[in-house]
Amino acid sequence: MTTSTPTPGSAGATSSRPPAEPVLTLNGAALRFGDRTLWSGLDLAVAAGEFVAVIGANGSGKTSLLKVILGQQRLTSGTASFLGEPLRRGNRRIGYIPQQKLADDGTPLRARDLVGLGLTGHRFGLPLPSRARRRRVDQLLDAVGATRYGDAPISSLSGGEQQRLRVGQSLAGDPRLLLCDEPLLSLDLNYQRTVSELIDVQRRQRDLGVLFVTHDINPILGMVDRVLYLADGRFRIGTPDDVLQSEVLSDLYGSPVDVIRTRGRIIVVGTPDGAHGHPHSDGDLAHHDEPAGSAGAAS
Amino acid sequence: MIAADGDFWSQIFTFTNYGELLVLLQNSIIAGAVLGLVGGLIGVFVMSRDMAFAVHGISELSFAGASAGLLFGVGVVEGSLVGSLVAAALIGLLGSRARDRNSIIAVLMPFGLGLGILCLTLYPGRTANKFGLLTGQIVAVDNPRLNSLLAISIVVIIGLVVVWRPLMFASVDVDVASARGVPTRFLSLYFMLLLGLAVAVSVQVVGSLLVLSILVTPAAAALRLSSSPVLVPLFSTVFAVVSLVGGILLALGGSIPISPYVTTISFLIYAVCRIIAAVRKRRGNAGRIAGPALAQS
Repeated sequence: MTTSTPTPGSAGATSSRPPAEPVLTLNGAALRFGDRTLWSGLDLAVAAGEFVAVIGANGSGKTSLLKVILGQQRLTSGTASFLGEPLRRGNRRIGYIPQQKLADDGTPLRARDLVGLGLTGHRFGLPLPSRARRRRVDQLLDAVGATRYGDAPISSLSGGEQQRLRVGQSLAGDPRLLLCDEPLLSLDLNYQRTVSELIDVQRRQRDLGVLFVTHDINPILGMVDRVLYLADGRFRIGTPDDVLQSEVLSDLYGSPVDVIRTRGRIIVVGTPDGAHGHPHSDGDLAHHDEPAGSAGAAS
Repeated sequence: MIAADGDFWSQIFTFTNYGELLVLLQNSIIAGAVLGLVGGLIGVFVMSRDMAFAVHGISELSFAGASAGLLFGVGVVEGSLVGSLVAAALIGLLGSRARDRNSIIAVLMPFGLGLGILCLTLYPGRTANKFGLLTGQIVAVDNPRLNSLLAISIVVIIGLVVVWRPLMFASVDVDVASARGVPTRFLSLYFMLLLGLAVAVSVQVVGSLLVLSILVTPAAAALRLSSSPVLVPLFSTVFAVVSLVGGILLALGGSIPISPYVTTISFLIYAVCRIIAAVRKRRGNAGRIAGPALAQS
């Protein structure tokens, strides 16, 4: 599980490690629906321990990319492989963390049961109690700091607490790659930081590849090794410093776009598609829950 | 005045010759117990998939089927089975999203009721049978009926047990379950068919208008008490069995259908569970180990 040597405290996320073998490889990958091209000619290799952020407007094909990797959607052309094998549905070595959705009262699960579903939820039959399973769940709860509310009903948990459990659940299959689909959405700033740091710590300890779909790069800016920016069927890949530049994004969009760096945050202004799902902020890469003072630049 | 009063109560509760009746009606009691098992178990999934309205919709089409079965001499059981399964399949196929599902149910339900009323009006036989389909029978389950009820119930229970884990996964967490390779679409249809069977057997005992009291209320009550995936089905089953068997035992001597007894017991259990939950909530954090609130590492 933790055979690799973790690199604790190495805050500078950029590649100080030797190049690791890729866990996920896409070659000339394209996805089209009818005559609409979401992306094409995509070459992407995610290495073990690498944190890749996927950014782009709604409908730019971020979630579809995750679906392809999960084996739920076929590539129109190109090839894709995970750990050297073709993609398939239900691969246990790929962990998946979805958006936070508050569970309602009709959910007969406690925190530990949600994590347990990641271990054995896909198997047929009754969930018979087992000591080994319980021990594994305890370990996972401990790894994500959720031991304190392990026996609480999930409907009683806050969004951030639920997302911690999601991280634990995604680690249950001993994954080599974590797919995160907007896991910070609708969390407050405090929890955005806790949850993203949790994911970061786990990828370092377990040497996981991480593909992190988000509309707001700021909460994860210090962790990201590379950015995949999708727009209008085209894309750019590179370090955040390389990709998140006014010239690069202006070229990608084909119209003037400004990237503003202020107080360690990045704000993108003027994307023609009003990207990132913020009707009021005109393509602001900053999150709308921002306290007054550091946001607002774009609205 | 007093005499009339006494009459009123003796209509509701009569226990003369109780012992003899009990022997005569043991079929009904077995039926009630088995039905409670079915309702208690499937109710947990009805709640976690948020399908209470679907249960109601299916039961109205089951009523239509049963009435048609009565009119055309095919048999009430067969008719209600066909009605339930057709409704369940339609809802399952057309309504994968909650909003679609609700509108489809709302469209099907009055259509089913109307068809049922038409068939019943045309039916020349006794009227007691007619209302029985809507509001439940005065306890009378003959041997062939008990056998068909047992057979269908066993299919539903085994069918649920086999897919329990992945069905629970898909019910509470469809995206992650699907990412994990759980066949969520297949399970959704499969569940609808089991639900159709469960509704069909329930309709014959409590009537189509009151099916919710077996398939939803006990599970809803259980969820007030616990969130444990073991305790919730257990409580839910116990509540459903107590409501049904208790209702049948109370109804034995009187001339009233069992359904008012069943629905009342089931409702009272729910009310008590809500009160317990409210009291507990006041007392503090369920399942949390005390510590500084929001302690973040």
